Amino acid sequence: MIEVERLTKRFGRKVAVDQLSFQVRPGIVTGFLGPNGAGKSTTMRMMLDLDNPTSGSVRIDGRHYRELSEPLKYIGALLDAKAMHGGRSAYNNLLCLAQSNRIPRGRVDEVLDMVGLAAVAKKKSKGFSLGMGQRLGIASALLGDPEILMFDEPVNGLDPEGIHWIRNLMKALASEGRTIFVSSHLMSEMALTADHLIVIGQGRLLADTSMAAFIQENSRSYTRLRSPQWERLRDVLHQEGYTAVETAGGVLEIDGASTEELGELAARHQLVLHELSSQRASLEEAFMQMTAGSVEYHAHSERDPGAEPPPPPGAGWGENWNAPGSTDGKGA
Amino acid sequence: MSAPAAAPPAPYESPIPIRAATLGDAIASEWTKIRSVRATVWTLGVMVVLMLTVGPGVALLLATDRNGGIPNEPVLTLGLFGVLLGSLCVITLGVLTIGSEFSTGMIRTTLTACPSRGRVLAAKAAVFASLTFVVTAVTAGVVALAQTAILDGPPASAGEWTLATVGVGLYVAAIGLLSLGVGAVVRHSAGAITIMIGVVLLPLVLALFMFADDLRGLQRFLIDYSIPNQIGGLYGTTMTSTGPTGWEPVLLMLAVAAVVLGGAVALLNRRDV
Repeated sequence: MIEVERLTKRFGRKVAVDQLSFQVRPGIVTGFLGPNGAGKSTTMRMMLDLDNPTSGSVRIDGRHYRELSEPLKYIGALLDAKAMHGGRSAYNNLLCLAQSNRIPRGRVDEVLDMVGLAAVAKKKSKGFSLGMGQRLGIASALLGDPEILMFDEPVNGLDPEGIHWIRNLMKALASEGRTIFVSSHLMSEMALTADHLIVIGQGRLLADTSMAAFIQENSRSYTRLRSPQWERLRDVLHQEGYTAVETAGGVLEIDGASTEELGELAARHQLVLHELSSQRASLEEAFMQMTAGSVEYHAHSERDPGAEPPPPPGAGWGENWNAPGSTDGKGA
Repeated sequence: MSAPAAAPPAPYESPIPIRAATLGDAIASEWTKIRSVRATVWTLGVMVVLMLTVGPGVALLLATDRNGGIPNEPVLTLGLFGVLLGSLCVITLGVLTIGSEFSTGMIRTTLTACPSRGRVLAAKAAVFASLTFVVTAVTAGVVALAQTAILDGPPASAGEWTLATVGVGLYVAAIGLLSLGVGAVVRHSAGAITIMIGVVLLPLVLALFMFADDLRGLQRFLIDYSIPNQIGGLYGTTMTSTGPTGWEPVLLMLAVAAVVLGGAVALLNRRDV
């Protein structure tokens, strides 16, 4: 169990993390999501007592990180896979960590075997590929067999087989009752692994919700209509009180209406349809929508932190993401 | 890892027992670190080679050239040159002991495993200083034996022998500790090594150019307390008669190193990693 309370970090005038409060509960995978520069890594560094918070606190099983007597046995972290000495062998890199926390030597071989690096244990870690480095970092996190595991962007640099492996590993570790906290900037990755979601943007909490509730609330469903007579169709829809959004090529998107309803309507007015389909927006879109106002580094646009999120592409969706109702773990 | 996902499962309990880690554990960890990188072998190896060749080499030249030692100088004195050059290797190793952690990012992993900054630095200092002391003292002993065998002149006293081995070992280890402290403060290997080379060479070089009468006092001070002159003091050969001699340089350098290391701990405690 990790409790983060009103955590704030300022670098000079810039506020990297702003009054952030949330809890990471045991037995599930909690995803920590936010665009680049949202403050994810800073938050994780403060959780491990590497950065000093400007204000607020983090407690691990009720204690501050520095009070943990052998921290690797409470919490294992993969922050930066390259945080090893390249001139040292994989085995020795792990051995010196194990010794500082009185973890038996045999455990080093065990975790190297677990992550599939047993064959290169004696090789210098600077020769490792990105994926192997990531596995070594994961091995160091698992070294103390800790109750809490923290992974910062663990799938970076892994091949598909490796990504599959880390997903299953996280789920297996959570099912043993461990607390798993994993950050990512990829919503699609989170959707496959996380049970619970914490979303931040510009250091502020945007959502703290179960994955299921997030999908429920944020995946917009709409009906897509394509017709050669789309202008008449649009007028008809308008008369009947539907709001149709035009997209390229005479395609209309209508929220809150079933395909049956719209099909029958078109038939009544003898309109030709080339397409009538029910669509769901991807979670990636929902995430981008949610964080649109707080993305730190926009491509091709001037940075304007005070800017309002751009208007949603479809009417009436995505507006309730920051409503009070969505800020607790409903349905968890 | 085959337990089915039951909700909510009991918190995980590891079979590995948790006890309070100590400084001893941190020292074991640092020993693994220092023995598993090439830099240790390179720097200390070069130092040993320099000490073994420079001092006895000069002694051999003198012995063949003038059929005798240097008049009025203690017989062990020629070890001085090797120690001075060797101390530059120890500076490099001292800086790298902490600097490589910052440059590789290993420091984050290290401090996650052992959040007490003081303990990490103390363990590094203990391991590095012990290793440097043993290597330097033993090598200095071999050099002193060689000098005694090569050069004529009155044999060195027990006090001179102790200073030329244990004293030199302690002094060089103290320079190394100072470098470790500077490395922890600067957090940049190349920068810290440059600073330390400046500390060793600059006072003497600056003093060379102080011709003005007003600067006589400062010039004298810089020469007295320059590191080459302090090492000379260990061998009873100084450029001036007012500089530290005997065990004074050792105590002085240990005190300076302690102050800088203390400052480094305070800074590490305050700074983000």
